[in-house]
Amino acid sequence: MSVPTFMGYRRENGTVGCRNHVIILPVDDISNAACEAVASHVQGTMALPHPYGRLQFGEDLELHFRTMIGTGANPNVAAVVVIGIEPNWTNLVVDGIAKTGKPVAGFSIERNGDFKTVEMASRKAMEFVQYATELKKTECSFTDMTISTKCGESDTTSGLASNPSIGRLYDRLVDMNMTLFFGETSEVTGGEHLVADRCATPEIREKFMKTWTEYDAFIKSQGVDLCGTQPTQGNIAGGLTTIEEKALGNIQKIGKKAMVQGVLAPAEAPQGKGLHFMDTSSAAAECVTLMAAAGSICHFFPTGQGNIVGNPIIPVIKVCANPITVSTMSEHIDVDLSGILRGEMDLDGAADALMSMMMRTLNGRMTNAEVLGHKEFVLTKLYRSA
Amino acid sequence: MIKFLIHDEQDMVGVAVADIKTGEAVIGKIQDSDKTVEIKSVSDIPLGHKIALRDMAAGERVIKYHVPIGKTVQAIKVGEHVHTHNLKTERW
Repeated sequence: MSVPTFMGYRRENGTVGCRNHVIILPVDDISNAACEAVASHVQGTMALPHPYGRLQFGEDLELHFRTMIGTGANPNVAAVVVIGIEPNWTNLVVDGIAKTGKPVAGFSIERNGDFKTVEMASRKAMEFVQYATELKKTECSFTDMTISTKCGESDTTSGLASNPSIGRLYDRLVDMNMTLFFGETSEVTGGEHLVADRCATPEIREKFMKTWTEYDAFIKSQGVDLCGTQPTQGNIAGGLTTIEEKALGNIQKIGKKAMVQGVLAPAEAPQGKGLHFMDTSSAAAECVTLMAAAGSICHFFPTGQGNIVGNPIIPVIKVCANPITVSTMSEHIDVDLSGILRGEMDLDGAADALMSMMMRTLNGRMTNAEVLGHKEFVLTKLYRSA
Repeated sequence: MIKFLIHDEQDMVGVAVADIKTGEAVIGKIQDSDKTVEIKSVSDIPLGHKIALRDMAAGERVIKYHVPIGKTVQAIKVGEHVHTHNLKTERW
């Protein structure tokens, strides 16, 4: 089969991106102001403020660094200015991003103050913007890229139409030897046995079941029984009867062909190609942020009632089959699949529409979320800080 | 006009894509094959809710998406509304 190509950016390490951002990345909460100051007067840069990065420890700290480094390393990012309060953690993030070979520089505020830091960082940011704006787009193969999916504000139209449409698209993309992500550990509950059955080897299956079981035990340790509350009253009103049915609607997104080739920790980059499960929250912005930090360059987001999430560094393509949502929230929906409900469109037609919008997006068309300025950069925090 | 969709040829339930009234003869489409089936409804079935595609005994596994989604707690007739009153999870 011939694998499609798009006009994108091939980075120093061979990965391919569809955007060309210069980002100003704070290591910690108290460096947000300096990052925003740089971004406000160096055109063509974008600050990524967030609320964490101080006194974290253990696995939670590792996830923080993995997310910071992964975000900077994402192929949609051309160059990175990192600002942190002190040099040690700042350098750790800079060194992690530098492994990609892309331009990156770090600045720490202690002994400098905001004024001096902002001045030094702005000069570097200016240099990076001029570097990035001279990069030329080249022909990039689908085989070299990673995409992701996660749904939100789901309703009965999600399981009926938009999720199986993504599944049909994933069936096509896996044949192109692409890297594909799905996640939402809580939302596969009720269908975890089906995901387990799709794992390519007994080792991967064991790792998946361990991840899911630990999640289930964590929920129960909080004194909560999701089993008693799923499906929700809203789901039941919409026609969903059992937790199995709800999970199955979600799992439609991975299609029928691809086997799971790996189970990833949050924000962990995969070792090989094919379909990968990532242990993530089902909260939209957290999940997309983690998948972008693991290398996804474009995200498909099916919605029923109308989730409006975006991401600062990767385009989020919003897909919806609910005719009411499509008409009342049209500025948020990139691909209208409501024709499936009227019997006017089949799943192959839907996959064609998704492929076409994906191609346009990769070639540069801004998604609705990008045009509307949705830049939700939301870090996952595993437990409270010291 | 299509009034319900069926995910898979083996499924025992379809999903209404428009409100269905009791006694209505409704046409549904199988998503995988584009074949159509006609059923006479014996309940009101709101959009998004399930319609039985065949008679089922009490305690029978109900197949949707080609896999079980739970067990019936009472006998269900073809054309009947399938929901929390006659279908339960097998998880708890």
